[in-house]
Amino acid sequence: MEIQLNGSIVSISACNMDTLVHEQGLDPRSVVVEYNNKVIPQREWEKTILCQGDVVELLSFVGGG
Amino acid sequence: MNKNSGIQNTADPLSLGGQIFNSRLITGTGKFSSRSLIAPMLEASGSEMITVALRRVDAGAEKKNILSYIPENTTLLPNTSGARTAEEAVRIAHIAKAAGCGDFIKIEVITEMKYLMPDNYETLKATQILSREGFKVLPYIMPDLTIAHKLQDAGAAAVMPLGSPIGSNRGIKMEEIIRIIIEGIDLPVIVDAGIGRPSQAAHAMELGADAVLVNTAIATSSDPVQAGRAFAMAVAAGRMAFCAGMAGEKCQASASSPLTGFLRESA
Amino acid sequence: MSGLSIIPPHRVFKGERMSFLNEVDRFLEFDVHDYLAGVTLDQVAVSLNKPVLNRFDFLNLISPAGKSFIEETAQRARRETIQYFGRTIGMYAPIYISDYCVNGCVYCAFNARNSFKRTRLTLDQIEDECRALAATGIKHTMLLTGEAPLKTPLDYLEAAVKIMKQYFASISLEIFPMDLEDYTVLNRAGADSLTVYQEVYNRKIYREVHPWGRKADYTYRLLTPERGADAGFRSINIGTLFGLGDLYQEVFLTACHARLLEKKYPHVEIGLSMPRMQKADHAISPRNILSDFQFVQFMTALRVYLPRVGMSISTRESAPFRDHLLHLGITRLSAGSKTDVGGYSMETGNETFQFDISDNRSVDEVTAMIRTNGYQPVFKDWDCI
Repeated sequence: MEIQLNGSIVSISACNMDTLVHEQGLDPRSVVVEYNNKVIPQREWEKTILCQGDVVELLSFVGGG
Repeated sequence: MNKNSGIQNTADPLSLGGQIFNSRLITGTGKFSSRSLIAPMLEASGSEMITVALRRVDAGAEKKNILSYIPENTTLLPNTSGARTAEEAVRIAHIAKAAGCGDFIKIEVITEMKYLMPDNYETLKATQILSREGFKVLPYIMPDLTIAHKLQDAGAAAVMPLGSPIGSNRGIKMEEIIRIIIEGIDLPVIVDAGIGRPSQAAHAMELGADAVLVNTAIATSSDPVQAGRAFAMAVAAGRMAFCAGMAGEKCQASASSPLTGFLRESA
Repeated sequence: MSGLSIIPPHRVFKGERMSFLNEVDRFLEFDVHDYLAGVTLDQVAVSLNKPVLNRFDFLNLISPAGKSFIEETAQRARRETIQYFGRTIGMYAPIYISDYCVNGCVYCAFNARNSFKRTRLTLDQIEDECRALAATGIKHTMLLTGEAPLKTPLDYLEAAVKIMKQYFASISLEIFPMDLEDYTVLNRAGADSLTVYQEVYNRKIYREVHPWGRKADYTYRLLTPERGADAGFRSINIGTLFGLGDLYQEVFLTACHARLLEKKYPHVEIGLSMPRMQKADHAISPRNILSDFQFVQFMTALRVYLPRVGMSISTRESAPFRDHLLHLGITRLSAGSKTDVGGYSMETGNETFQFDISDNRSVDEVTAMIRTNGYQPVFKDWDCI
């Protein structure tokens, strides 16, 4: 299945958001997930089923002025 | 005695977006050599508000979230850096709020990449949208009185004119225009960008700015903790001088009375 | 300091725009005399040297201590005025088109209970007046009436403005306060400016001297400049009638009002006048007399506090006094004025004038005086395209 992840088309095997975040090697506590233009809180990651063509942004707070 | 006494003034608090701040120094989280310096810097400076930014995660990026380095009682000011349009800024604001950053948002829309000048037009559009939605909007702008008025009408919580180009450490080059904005609008004016030394922060406060935002100058100093405290003291001193009403440069008075002498003749 | 902060509190909340109505009582409650009595010479010197003055600096300049600095204040007033306006003086003259009035202003000759032969010009007569005044070279005029909406309804005023517009570049309304919609009509017809004096800011005295009639509504009058700005007038002139209320409280309120308007409407030119009340027929005498010295102290202090605000001096003031004021920060002078209905073109035989003219010089004479003093008379600095 192909989705748009952080602006690039990628092929993934994960079927829900929780698995995707873990597959990317990210610390769940530091990631903000935007799924089809909507922010998904961590407790809803597992029940968020990914489909072909979904747009996912994995974001994180960083230093800035 | 509070260790911040003298640099925080509870008798002269800053009211920003309905929230009271005893410190008029806003700090940033960018460019620290070690993020573990952020908490002691906040402690030493008494700063109660700090900026953060939002980025796509890169594989191999630092695992720990910047938020975990910021003490809980600090008010977060997420910025929209990276946005090139009002729509992108609005989107970033929505994400920051949904991620638990609160209602404050610093609008930063930059389309000019040489000097990184803010795009006032897109910034105004984003402010109009986000204020309506209930955000406490702090727009970062090129100093311009007309835009400041429009931002005020749009419901901004403050305006943040730049002192000089971002990261330039050149101080308050926009002095005359910033003075006009301070005089001309009824919102807090926070001078952002260009402040490279504590004396420049004091200068902004002496003009009547309500607060300043300092990031690079503190973060890139050899000792950010001491630098933070130095900026806090300068901000407090500048504010105190403004409130005290300092005497200006003297204009020469003439001994004779060419303009008003007629009043005495007739009296 | 009685809750009056030097640093304005940030009062503007989302969706709520500032208005002088929200502030007037705070300023009226402030004990101006108590403050003025405590002002020191040092404080005046500090205020006079600030690049931008706040309202306390203004008070310092009009204080007893400020009297010692009148020349320095005048020098700065002159410098600031030349900086903002150049060496120019705008020329204007009024046209009175009706003296019918329903108000009971106890200080005014047009008072409804004062019986005299009232006049309302026909549109043809208005045109005659325009022709006669325009022939003197005047291009900025003011349209004046008493307050009698039944005698001078909106369509009559609109027609009058349209006629005047054919003869003049700028028309300022100095008529009774109106609703925003009516102002919009007159603004579209060609009136570009609005003059409305509060007469007296003190609420108690306002009630006493406006005991009945439409003008008894303090709030409606107070908000008139803001309605005018909202309706699109490019210039708004305000003032207090010196003589009714306490001189110092009134000038303080005038300064605060002008400052708020300037701030709220950055696109509008705010102007001030300092009319001194004269004893009119069948009317009360002034309660307080503003001396020439106080007039100059107030005017120059207003100038230094509000350097971008225009300052008009009418022909109520004498020729020699007006000539001196030329150097102290005025920006507009009237000339050749008639303050009775039909005064320019008709053999009126009127005995009732709104005020007596002290400076009877013609437009040409005033123009020559301005030139002699090194200023340029400006007849037209505005024309709506």
